[in-house]
Amino acid sequence: MSERLAADVAIVGGGTVGCSTALHMRQRGVSVVLLERGVCGGQASGVNYGGVRQQGRHLSELPLARRAREMWGRLGEIVGTDCEFMASGHVKLARADAEITELEAYRDAVKPYGLELELLDREQLRSRYPFLGDAAVAGSLCAEDGQANPRLVAPAFARAARAAGATIREHARVIEIARDGAQFVVRTADDVEVRSGALVNVAGAWGHEIAAQFGEIVPEDVMAPNMCVTEPLPYFMVPNFGVCGGGIYVRQIPRGNVIFGGGKGVADREHVRARPIAGTSLAAAAQAIALVPRLRHAQVIRTWTGIEGYMPDVIPVIGPSRTTPGLFHAFGFSGHGFQLGPAVGAVLTELVLDGATPTPIAAFDIGRFAKTEAIQ
Amino acid sequence: MTERPPVIVGAGPAGIRAAATLAAAGLAPIVIDEAPRSGGQIYRRPPHGFARSYRTLYGFDAAKARRLHETFDGLARKIDYRPDTLVWDLRDGVMHCLSAGASREVAYRDIILAPGARDRIIPFPGWTLPGVYTLGGAQIALKAQGCAVGARVVFMGTGPLLYLVAYQYAKAGGGVAAVLDTTPFAAKRRALPGLLRGGRTFAKGLWYVARLRARGIVMASGIKAIAAQGEGAVSAFVYQDAAGSRKTIACDAIAFGYGLSSETQLADLAEIPFAFDSLQQQFLPQRDIAGRTPVRGVYVAGDGSGIAGADAAELAGERAALALLEDRGLAADGARVQTLERALRRISRFRAGLEAAFPFPVDVAAKIPDETVLCRCEGVTAGELRQSARDIDGGDINRAKAFSRCGMGRCQARTCGPSAAIVMAAALNVPLERAGRLRGQPPVKPIPLAVSHE
Repeated sequence: MSERLAADVAIVGGGTVGCSTALHMRQRGVSVVLLERGVCGGQASGVNYGGVRQQGRHLSELPLARRAREMWGRLGEIVGTDCEFMASGHVKLARADAEITELEAYRDAVKPYGLELELLDREQLRSRYPFLGDAAVAGSLCAEDGQANPRLVAPAFARAARAAGATIREHARVIEIARDGAQFVVRTADDVEVRSGALVNVAGAWGHEIAAQFGEIVPEDVMAPNMCVTEPLPYFMVPNFGVCGGGIYVRQIPRGNVIFGGGKGVADREHVRARPIAGTSLAAAAQAIALVPRLRHAQVIRTWTGIEGYMPDVIPVIGPSRTTPGLFHAFGFSGHGFQLGPAVGAVLTELVLDGATPTPIAAFDIGRFAKTEAIQ
Repeated sequence: MTERPPVIVGAGPAGIRAAATLAAAGLAPIVIDEAPRSGGQIYRRPPHGFARSYRTLYGFDAAKARRLHETFDGLARKIDYRPDTLVWDLRDGVMHCLSAGASREVAYRDIILAPGARDRIIPFPGWTLPGVYTLGGAQIALKAQGCAVGARVVFMGTGPLLYLVAYQYAKAGGGVAAVLDTTPFAAKRRALPGLLRGGRTFAKGLWYVARLRARGIVMASGIKAIAAQGEGAVSAFVYQDAAGSRKTIACDAIAFGYGLSSETQLADLAEIPFAFDSLQQQFLPQRDIAGRTPVRGVYVAGDGSGIAGADAAELAGERAALALLEDRGLAADGARVQTLERALRRISRFRAGLEAAFPFPVDVAAKIPDETVLCRCEGVTAGELRQSARDIDGGDINRAKAFSRCGMGRCQARTCGPSAAIVMAAALNVPLERAGRLRGQPPVKPIPLAVSHE
């Protein structure tokens, strides 16, 4: 298929971030072509745990997470479906007394960001969530956090963007990106060529490859969160639970299935293949039972994973390129991009079209890695 | 370090022959089987303590069943047999085996996958009512437990099992309400030349039909299933006969099926590439006639690598074991290899005839009514899957699964998968192979959260 397309903005990557960017660009009347190697939401955006969580985030992510949370609340209005989003609450559990101090410190630290957390002692935990085992000694509830169905989100943004006039190409693997004067020229394996004034690099675990083509070398590693789901059980667990230290997380959806994750699977970035690891699944199952003992009677029906980009400081790269005018990055979400995704699309649109965004993103500057290298 | 023993998964006809062949060569294979006793489905043995004759249990195949069971029992000291054990995941030379509440890792160097097949079904209105069974399920109840699924059973669908199981019920004194074949008679007549190559197998089929007729049992071909009816349990089967009239037949159970589909999850987890098989209308692991796959050290044999029946499974199991020996650099009998491959080729020609006589009715699956539950684990109707197919752009069955939940439940699409792919292909107006293949994900079957891990 030989095809020549022109657009104001080319987007490489059809995760939630890319699809949200496409939608926001269209809302500003900008022409946009999005190229996705597989299917929209096929990797990290679609195969993650589905936690819509602000609690526990790095403080630098909170303004972005707050903006995203506002969007989650009106997803139906934005993309025509709520993607099964529920503000079911998120409880971070302490399993040792030392961790209670950690919860308290975090609660105080996030207050200025407008995030309200409620600390629950052992008795409060037991009375509200009688299904919890003895492992948990305290908890921190973020009532406005919750969960959604990750399989639906990026495709919903893609559909809305397309309906708004975006060109979205799936199974379009980018093999070359070149500059022609002020323009970007992006070519795919099946010979689609896109010429654009701006280029948005939202290629997830592969984002560093595009950055490298423009002289920006960043140490993006890869991670495959190992996920499991049980058969449907009677609905008993409303909030989404995590733990200090992050070893296990568990939630139940109203139709009954319990979803839990913990540990890592196999991520083969080169072949775009990921697999859960049996031993990891069993270890996560044991941890899930320790947290919620009644799960011992449940059966795991499926395990899965996907490929996520991971930065050494565990926060993403978001912002303009330091080498190339017109190039913008957002990748390396380090295992917690799902909740942020919708807002990152809005921020990227502001950066491309207005040259600035009201949402503080300085901490995510790609230049932070260049500095590290210079010091060394 | 001593060399790792070869592993065989499955103790049906293919697995047993493979085990015997490897044992005869002086290797002591590990034989893992999900069932408590060896024999597979066709030569399934009743639990210990049940005393019924081979003749009663296996009819025409009594001698074969006895030979196979005796072969396996004779291997007891030469193999490491692990019954009641589910291989729920495998990759990179390690498999995960669940038994008695514990999951154990077993390292392997070479492995023969002989997991067999399961009933291939097409959902119809009312198929989730209690009292509706697969043909294979109805047969297992009779063979393993000596009990019938009902006192007045309608047998419906297509494939050799239809007449065999109906006959077995009739002979055991079970009430057979009717035997209703969805294949038009004309299709069978056209397939006759191919069927005649099957010799004894074909003759057996004719004999079952004649016996059923002699008992005055209602028999019809070219029927279309309309619905299973009943309050809380099935009490009638409604169908359209070949002339187009609507008929209702009272019953307390329905046994139905449309041939078999291969169990391919382990081959998938072993990362064997798959290819669409137009005869069987299913994606199957790639293999050569010896059972070698593109993945070094992984072999497939028996119905799990493509439906060919029990006789072929015995041959294929032996052939795969010889291939494994060859690849280990051990002597394998070249003349025997030739004989096995000739016999396998002959059976495969006969299979083509059987598929023509009992074709999987793709059009029936494509037309499952919108309101009928297609995926019973997740309660997804055919209409919901069609809607998902329309919502996705150039997507495949995995995409539709992600949107609709079809195939996401307990059985991981082992039940609804074949029909779901057809519904998808029809909704997208593409050939079946373009609808794609649901990727296997561990566990192969549900496993308890509370397992110990070794």
